[in-house]
Amino acid sequence: MPATLLPLAVAAPLLLAAALAPLSPIAPRRLADACATLCALFVALLCGALAVETLHVPVHYWFGGWTPSHGVALGIEFAVDPIGAGLAAFVALLVALAFAFSWWYFDSAGTHFHVLMLIFLAAMAGFALTGDLFNLFVFFELMSVAAFALTGYKIEEEESIEGAINFAITNSLGAFLVLIGIGLLYGRTGALNLAQIGAGVAHARPDGLLVAAFVLLLTGFFVKGAVVPFHFWLDDAHAVAPTPLCVLFSGVMVQLALYAVARIFWEIFAAPFSSHEAPIRLLLVVMGTITALTGGIMAFNQHHIKRMLAFSTISHSGLFICAIATFSALGIAAGAVFVAAHGLLKAALFMGSGVLLQRTGSVDAVKLHGRCTHLTPLALLFVIGGFALAGLPPFGIAAGKTMLETAVRDAGLAWLAIVFAVASALDGAAVLRVAGSVFFGLGHMSDDRRSSTAGNEKKETSESRNDTLPTMILTAYAALVLCLAAGTVPQFAGWAERAGAIFLHGARAPFVPTLALHDALLNLAVALGAGLLALAALYLPRYKIFSAPAAALRALHSGAFPDYALWMIAGVAVYGAFLVPIAAFAARGNP
Amino acid sequence: MTLYLPYALVVWLFLVGVFGIVRSRNLIHAVLCLAVVQSSTYVFLIAIGFKRNAGAPIFSADVPVGTPAVDPVVHALTLTDIVVATVVTALILTMAIQVYRITGTLDPEKLRPMSG
Amino acid sequence: MSPRLRAWLFLPPALAVAALMLYGMAGLRPFGFYPGPYGDVLDAVATAQRHVLNVATAVNFDYRGFDTLVEEFIFFTAIAGIAVLFRAQVGDARVTDEADVDREIPAESDGIGWMCYGFVPLTFAFACYMAVHAQLTPGGGFQGGAIAGSAFALAYMGLHYSTYRKFAPQKAVDAVEAAGAGAYAVIGIATMIASGIFLANVLPLGEKGSIVSAGTIPVINLCVFVEIAAGFIVCLEFFFKQTRRIEEEES
Repeated sequence: MPATLLPLAVAAPLLLAAALAPLSPIAPRRLADACATLCALFVALLCGALAVETLHVPVHYWFGGWTPSHGVALGIEFAVDPIGAGLAAFVALLVALAFAFSWWYFDSAGTHFHVLMLIFLAAMAGFALTGDLFNLFVFFELMSVAAFALTGYKIEEEESIEGAINFAITNSLGAFLVLIGIGLLYGRTGALNLAQIGAGVAHARPDGLLVAAFVLLLTGFFVKGAVVPFHFWLDDAHAVAPTPLCVLFSGVMVQLALYAVARIFWEIFAAPFSSHEAPIRLLLVVMGTITALTGGIMAFNQHHIKRMLAFSTISHSGLFICAIATFSALGIAAGAVFVAAHGLLKAALFMGSGVLLQRTGSVDAVKLHGRCTHLTPLALLFVIGGFALAGLPPFGIAAGKTMLETAVRDAGLAWLAIVFAVASALDGAAVLRVAGSVFFGLGHMSDDRRSSTAGNEKKETSESRNDTLPTMILTAYAALVLCLAAGTVPQFAGWAERAGAIFLHGARAPFVPTLALHDALLNLAVALGAGLLALAALYLPRYKIFSAPAAALRALHSGAFPDYALWMIAGVAVYGAFLVPIAAFAARGNP
Repeated sequence: MTLYLPYALVVWLFLVGVFGIVRSRNLIHAVLCLAVVQSSTYVFLIAIGFKRNAGAPIFSADVPVGTPAVDPVVHALTLTDIVVATVVTALILTMAIQVYRITGTLDPEKLRPMSG
Repeated sequence: MSPRLRAWLFLPPALAVAALMLYGMAGLRPFGFYPGPYGDVLDAVATAQRHVLNVATAVNFDYRGFDTLVEEFIFFTAIAGIAVLFRAQVGDARVTDEADVDREIPAESDGIGWMCYGFVPLTFAFACYMAVHAQLTPGGGFQGGAIAGSAFALAYMGLHYSTYRKFAPQKAVDAVEAAGAGAYAVIGIATMIASGIFLANVLPLGEKGSIVSAGTIPVINLCVFVEIAAGFIVCLEFFFKQTRRIEEEES
């Protein structure tokens, strides 16, 4: 049954958006909220049902009834596997949470917010479900345009629009890189269907075209996936976008781009590159580590709360790439669990910061130092969230990290566990230090006035509606509880493991690692370490040896998009340098 | 070698457009450079689908089915892309107008949302 | 980082990326030797399967119709985004008077006005002609919509603003644009209800070469035409509004 209704996962939100748009001046606010939330829940249920159904048999839906003839795919298909359906369901769940959070939001612009969010939902769901490369690109574009418009939503603040401009220009360049990559593959195979392209290049020698196509697709999607050096736009966009949108960006949009990379790699490039995996693994591991540590260090140095959370997301992007780099079903499964847990936790933290913004008019930890000691629910949220982010068991992040550590150990990359520990500790400490400063008045936040704005943001709802705050805080806690569920409900990890095996085309289902005591203790140790790091940041003086390189790193994040474009091209060159040797070795092997 | 010149053109357009963005001192100029980069992708798509001595993929009584025709798929992809790109450019220009209204400048150096 | 430094830093990686892209493109067939099956197969079968003469239209609205639905929504989203970004804020009074306008406003010319009255309907008729012949000639909803948009831009340039507004009342155009976008999705769902498959071509295929042929293709095509034309009008309207003086807006 869910298979026949599959197009509705995309068509229903689009239709609702088109219906709400002209009704903007006259539609009652509550009605729009209710319809939009119900639509998101419908998509979540549909895709959730699919995520379970596809464990047994994959779903291929051909639009227009154009089934392939003689091995040539004539139409577009949705090739649904459990990970894709799971991601689509997760997207819809987060959108529903975002709608619930913004129940009274944005009084000024009628239904425009709902229209754009619904289109964003449809685009992300379609992105996760599609099996056609150009269709993937088109959904990527739709996702981007909706995101650009929503980022600049607060048009009375110049930073919002500037952040949106940086976002728009960098992500458009990323999209063009992807399109050239797609063109190269189309020119070689004459097909746009992922499976057909895969079949077309499966026995090919990895030559310049395949390597170039892979580099372009990889770097183009890594722009959206916020991997170093393509990540600069993310912190700008998060710092200024409205809170429900940050929930979606950090929760799922970035991860979808990484999913696309994994999908394209395994459907198309894994076969021709099968004996040349070493350079690819090296690239992913190196860039993953750099991203994880850059994100962690920058997060640790921020006092703009939303920007700090954005850098934490960048850090986790690095960890997810390491999951892909294991090239194993367990790695993918770990990635799935980790993505879900991280998305929900980030959602909770962003919603918390949204409530903070509403209560106090600022998200600057320096300005708010010690001023929020009376906001106990928020304080609890941030403290629990900070420890959970560092890997406190039994939250989902700990489960994901444990699976990931097993996967890297199996792949011979055990030293990555140290990177994971350091990055998690930095991320958790960043949140805890802010929590300590704002909610408990501990220590002192270093006041580096040279950097960032002074958090001069306006409140996100027009009046100070104290009646909205309970729903906002409840939604935040709901997300936190779901993150806990992701870590404790064993069926979720079981589903993830089977889904990971199916993702890698029928590999044997990986061994289910039970959460051993030493793993739990390790995670606990890292969480405590994060707490100590936070206290150190608050009470110890800033040592020159740490602050100088951090300052240099911060100077790189200049906020001007021409710099970002430069780093993007430099990144493409570096990635190409890592991977071009594949073609050279292959050419030497078989002239 | 000359048969690969169209692809060289694509690479040139792409990188010249990005160079323009990197050197940009004016937001409108940067948006137009983005349009140049975009046009390189159109040239690429159309170039891939071209066949020598083949006509447009439009058949009629005079041009029966079976006459050599170029690839219709890339044409379909490109034409929708062009129309859509126009409005996306309009969207970014809208942001430029709004930012100019608030700050009075279009210089990317001065329009930094945050730094550090 | 200064722009000059940035420009110099750009050159080495740019050369490397150029080398990478050229290395990749060297693996393609030379220009003019398209190899792949997709285009050839469609050229061979589209006319028979769908009674269209223009295969690219068949690709756009039938074989890959779902892509076009999403592309149309990208268009719709961009317009909605422009509406969101240009929305009026509380207290957004634009104070203008003659002294603020730093350019001399040229006197209106009757000749230009009369030419517009002639050309605007002609251009719009041409746009409709282009759109209606989607499956027969190199036309289509996208192309026709763009021409229709330019017809309205011509009206703005040649005629008085208030006359131009009579051609395209704001609310009607908004509704029409949303209707065009929604209609495509509705057609998809309707075909799903009729045949179980989203965007299946369920209408009678008709006779090759006539305007009413190819099943749902002309229907979808007209929806797209309406949406693109209305969308361009709305988009242009937002930009034109930025320069109007408040008093004239009232009229």
